[in-house]
Amino acid sequence: MTNKEQSPIILLGSRFLSPYIMVFGFYVIFHGHYSPGGGFQGGTLLAASLLLIRIASGTEIASLQFKDYLATPYAALGVLIYFGTGLTAIFTGGYFLDYEQLPIPGLEAADLRYWGILIVELGIGLTVMTVLVLIYDNMVKGEDYA
Amino acid sequence: MKYLKLLLIIAFTLVLLFAASDLPYRGNPDNQMNQEVSMTGTEVPGNYYIQEAYNDAHTPNIVTVILGDYRSIDTLGEQIVIFTAGLICFLLLRKRGEGDDE
Repeated sequence: MTNKEQSPIILLGSRFLSPYIMVFGFYVIFHGHYSPGGGFQGGTLLAASLLLIRIASGTEIASLQFKDYLATPYAALGVLIYFGTGLTAIFTGGYFLDYEQLPIPGLEAADLRYWGILIVELGIGLTVMTVLVLIYDNMVKGEDYA
Repeated sequence: MKYLKLLLIIAFTLVLLFAASDLPYRGNPDNQMNQEVSMTGTEVPGNYYIQEAYNDAHTPNIVTVILGDYRSIDTLGEQIVIFTAGLICFLLLRKRGEGDDE
C-alpha cells in the first residue's frame, strides 16, 4: 500500500497466522453439520485469512496468494454451484433443490441430502470469501485512483 | 421541541409496554408456538422439522438442515444478495482506465 518498506515482523506474523485461520474456516464449513457454522461463517473466516496477508504485505505479495482478477469469476462460480445443484435435481426428475434426486450412486436418500447440503455450503463459502476479497481489493484500488 | 420529543418517547414507551404486557410468558408449554397444531388446526412445520430433521438428512444439527434443505431457496436468495453486493462494489469502485470519463 502506501509505505515503501515492509515490516518483516508483521509479515512473518501474518504469514504464520493466516494458514491457521484458513484451516479453521474450512473446519467451520465442513463441520457445519455437527456444530454451529456453515458456508457464510466459514467463508468469512477464509476471507479473513486472505485479507490478513493483503493488509500486512501489500498487493504484490498478496497477488501470489490469490489473484485479484479471479475474485469475480469465483464468486459467480459459487452461485453456479448452488444453482447447478438445484438444476441437476430438476433434470433428474425432482423438484428444484431436491437433494434426493442428485445423481450420486450408492447412497440412500438421507445421505444424499447430507452431501447435497455440503455441496451447497461449499458454494456459499466460495462466494462469501471471494466477494469480501473483491470488495477490499476494489476499495484499495479506488483509493489510489483518487 | 425538546419536550415534545421527550413526550413522544415516553408515549411510545408506554405503547410498547402496553403491547408487551399481553405477550405470552416465555417457556409456557400452553403457548401457541409450542403447540403441535396451528390456530386453524393444521400441523405446524417447526414440529415436523424437530422430529424429522435427523431422519431426513442424517445431520445432527437441525439448523443446518433447515437452512440448507428445507429453506434452501431462502439461502440461495441470501447468497445472491451477497453476490449482487460484491458486483455492485466492483462496478462502482473498480479502477477505470485513463481514457474513460464518466
